Amino acid sequence: MLKNIGSKIVSSIDERYDLTPVRNLLQHKKVPEHRHSVWYYMGGVTLFLFIVQLLTGILLLLYYRPGEDSAYESVRFIVTEVKFGWLIRNVHSWSANLLVLFAFVHMFSVFFSKAYQKPRELTWITGFIILVFSLAFGFSGYLLPWNELAFFATKVGTDIVGVVPVIGQPLKVLLRGGEDVTGATLSRFFGIHVAILPAIFTFFLALHLLFIQRQGMHEPEEFKNLPEEKKKYIPFFPDFALKDFLLWVVVFNVLIFLALYFPWELGNKADAFASAPKGIRPEWYFMFMFQSLKFLPAHILFIEGELLGVLFFGVAGLVWMMVPYIKIKHRSGWKFQPLTLIGIFVVIFIVIMTVLGYLL
Amino acid sequence: MKINRRKFLNSILGIGGIGGILSIFYPIVSYLIPPKMAEPKVNSVKAGSTSDFAANSYKIVKFGRKPVILIKTVDNQYKALSASCTHLDCIVQYKSDTKQIWCACHNGIYDLNGRNISGPPPRPLEQYDVKIVKDEIVITKMG
Repeated sequence: MLKNIGSKIVSSIDERYDLTPVRNLLQHKKVPEHRHSVWYYMGGVTLFLFIVQLLTGILLLLYYRPGEDSAYESVRFIVTEVKFGWLIRNVHSWSANLLVLFAFVHMFSVFFSKAYQKPRELTWITGFIILVFSLAFGFSGYLLPWNELAFFATKVGTDIVGVVPVIGQPLKVLLRGGEDVTGATLSRFFGIHVAILPAIFTFFLALHLLFIQRQGMHEPEEFKNLPEEKKKYIPFFPDFALKDFLLWVVVFNVLIFLALYFPWELGNKADAFASAPKGIRPEWYFMFMFQSLKFLPAHILFIEGELLGVLFFGVAGLVWMMVPYIKIKHRSGWKFQPLTLIGIFVVIFIVIMTVLGYLL
Repeated sequence: MKINRRKFLNSILGIGGIGGILSIFYPIVSYLIPPKMAEPKVNSVKAGSTSDFAANSYKIVKFGRKPVILIKTVDNQYKALSASCTHLDCIVQYKSDTKQIWCACHNGIYDLNGRNISGPPPRPLEQYDVKIVKDEIVITKMG
């Protein structure tokens, strides 16, 4: 009976809007099966976590009140008074961290499988933009509870913007909503976090997903070189979609486990006239940059060390985004491709700097 | 060069269009730049009495909108310096064990005269004058 109603609805929509393209996509889309197939799921997990962020974010919005005198208090209210408020906040914080983690894993898996190459250059670029915006989400969201850690992390983070020549200072004032980190900064970050970023993020995410649907899954070199009869595929629907869903359920359980057993501390309320406490540090995904800047001396030649570091990371980010357009000739004697070596170096650098950041 | 009707209309429309877009974006961009707040002109602040301030300790004092670190050294001298680390704007603290000024954010160290002696800070901390007026500590701007 239900099935009957369902098919009636579908056929009536089909009659009016012609669902052939959707049907074709569902029927014909297939996913290559090989020993690196597991990486195909990383993007999906990231997408799932974004949906979790969206939903929990909307829920938090119902009680959160931005403002110097209300932000900290409202978050405390959420985690202590509101039923399951602690759960929603913990899930939001944990999911944010996992999202960034999976986005990084997704990015590096795409990098090392060379999936960014022609014709998927724009998928890579939109993906990179999404990652940058995820980091911006993390940075702006970090301040919202208005606690000590967040206050100083934001002071440092926005001050770093200020070291960029010419545009740095005006940009810093624009971000902070004034000379210093104050309630005005909080209002701005709130607006950025709940309105501006979601709008831009959703746009690039839609593009990213559209590109993937248009071009299908990337096939790695070794798979492409297989004889036709040896190439194994699974249908996207329902096989891949169901596997994807199963993984989402697993990730959801991990998320709930983390939220239950490792709650996110609220810490002390920010005080603009108190010394920075020991152990000020940014979120882990900024740690490698933070730690690298720490190692730089005050001056390198005649340039401020900080400025050099910031410029370096800025340029490195741009180069990384433009990777699909970088061609380095591969000599036959080389065991690894130069870009792969650079990628390995980048991963090692990030890991070592992150670990040092927590140890030192 | 002969300008025909179509070209003429296109350029009028083009200039008008650009003008239209600018007239939308100019107010938006101006709106985003925070207005300059009148900075309260503060030349001196009172920072409590000398009696309830132990030697070898410090406190952060509001000097207008800026934080100032006030230190009472082991030999009962007073030092007042800007508390904003010249590196990345964190607020510094006094370490009673090493008798130095320390920034917890990036491990920047200054001596008691505000000179940056170790770590990433590129400049010394700005100094303030400290006077004792009838047992009360008064911090004033130098110069």
